[in-house]
Amino acid sequence: MKKKILDLTVTANIQLHANYVLIKMTSQEILPEMFPGQFAEIRVDGSPTTFLRRPISINYVDKVNNEVWFLVQIVGDGTRTLAKVSAGDVVNVVLPLGNGFTIPEKPSDKLLLIGGGVGTAPLLYLGEVLLANNCKPTFLLGARSEGDLLQLEDFKKFGEVYTTTEDGSAGEKGYVTQHSILNDKQFDMIYTCGPKPMMVSVAKYAKANNIECEVSLENKMACGVGACLCCVENTVDEGHICVCTEGPVLNIKKLLWQI
Amino acid sequence: MADLSVNIGELKMKNPVMTASGTFGYGEEFEDFIDIARIGGIIVKGTTLHRREGNPYPRMAETPSGMLNAVGLQNKGVNYFVEHIYPKIKDTDTNIIVNVSGSAIEDYVKTAEIINELVNIPAIELNISCPNVKQGGMAFGVSAAGACDVISAVRSVYKKTLIVKLSPNVTDITEIARAAEASGADSVSLINTILGMAIDAEKRCPLLSTVTGGLSGPAVKPIALRMVWQVAKAVKIPIIGLGGIMDWKDAVEFMLAGATAVQIGTANFIDPAVTVKVIDGINNYLDRHGYSSVKDIIGALEV
Repeated sequence: MKKKILDLTVTANIQLHANYVLIKMTSQEILPEMFPGQFAEIRVDGSPTTFLRRPISINYVDKVNNEVWFLVQIVGDGTRTLAKVSAGDVVNVVLPLGNGFTIPEKPSDKLLLIGGGVGTAPLLYLGEVLLANNCKPTFLLGARSEGDLLQLEDFKKFGEVYTTTEDGSAGEKGYVTQHSILNDKQFDMIYTCGPKPMMVSVAKYAKANNIECEVSLENKMACGVGACLCCVENTVDEGHICVCTEGPVLNIKKLLWQI
Repeated sequence: MADLSVNIGELKMKNPVMTASGTFGYGEEFEDFIDIARIGGIIVKGTTLHRREGNPYPRMAETPSGMLNAVGLQNKGVNYFVEHIYPKIKDTDTNIIVNVSGSAIEDYVKTAEIINELVNIPAIELNISCPNVKQGGMAFGVSAAGACDVISAVRSVYKKTLIVKLSPNVTDITEIARAAEASGADSVSLINTILGMAIDAEKRCPLLSTVTGGLSGPAVKPIALRMVWQVAKAVKIPIIGLGGIMDWKDAVEFMLAGATAVQIGTANFIDPAVTVKVIDGINNYLDRHGYSSVKDIIGALEV
């Protein structure tokens, strides 16, 4: 699909929790086809210390309302400024970028989607697309505390949802890789996105149990289109590859992680 | 509509807007956004004799009005370029120019010899100014004698337009520019990135794997503009100006300071369509001021 530079109009900016907002945007033209795991490069206007665009994963595509959703965690000046947009504001966005998750060729009910923190964002759209492809996804979502578990009602539309929190305020206490579902049920594919230590743990679990696993990387990025070679990840077979074009989704077999 | 064409040595360009090496890939990366044939010249990624993996991640840090990079000339080597990339891009209706980098004079010479045989590559840009490669690169660009050695050697084998990219990390850039001219360069392009550094105070560690890297973006523009102006007074060969150009106005400023052409670099990361906007903006500027040719504004600064 063709990449586009679009001036999108904000339709809603919903504060989900202290540090997270859900921004919904629409376009006068039909939005280009987007796949789960792809991302956008969003220009942040009005932040003097923000020079580069911010790569933000596609949280959901509402085809009925011609909307694309972005779940934004407020981390620094750029995301703090972006989080202040309100309905009617115009935001310049380059999308869709990157490759996206692999959708199984045959229907499967052994797919586990593990997200941590804001890393749950791309799994919502992935869940919908998997369901549309006659798969039954299972979600395992982890966060620090109950309030950090985002969009649970939306996830429940597409599959069973299990949760962990570090403080035990919701779901099972601990990390996602300690959740009982991993012992109770057999999976043959894991999709994961979240903080790197979490993804490394998930990758270790997947490898040890001989389960296919795709991770979505968040390497620091400049151009988003494979020109600057800044966001590289080292790989087993190809050396440094651009996360923005050959990722952000990569099979763990390709990575040089110590797993 | 003014005449936008300019010449750099034997190189004829439909307009003075080029893309800076390492910021525009091989052009194909931007085809979804713009008609890349509208650009005056595309300078493709730094190419070395042998494959280079570049520096470890992290290679980039955002800074106020700019960014630091330490990519370290990652590329698959000149033979890969000839076999796999050149066939795909050679028929683009613009000047495709190869940025040639190396760490030893023989490597520069061999790479230039190979590129010399490519019919649809009308020029090379000799990179003697990369700050991110330990051996060589900038080492040649920081002394007049070093610049002479590598440029003369390449000149003896390279028959087409030879552009030399200069480093700003020197005491007197005009001295290096004069050395380049005396060694047979047809043009000089300046500036490459300025050596800089960024630190994460909380973690007490550098933000780049190499600790230092090259600064680009609007933060460097005043320095680049000053150096173009100084070099324009020091040499007779045409100058290609770059460093923090974000829009047509920046481009016009470089030309007024003495540049015959300009390169757009980091701005491509912010707006993938910036190049054509700069071309249109220069044209509007010329019309508005009643110039019939863009050549009329080269060095037209009134001091």
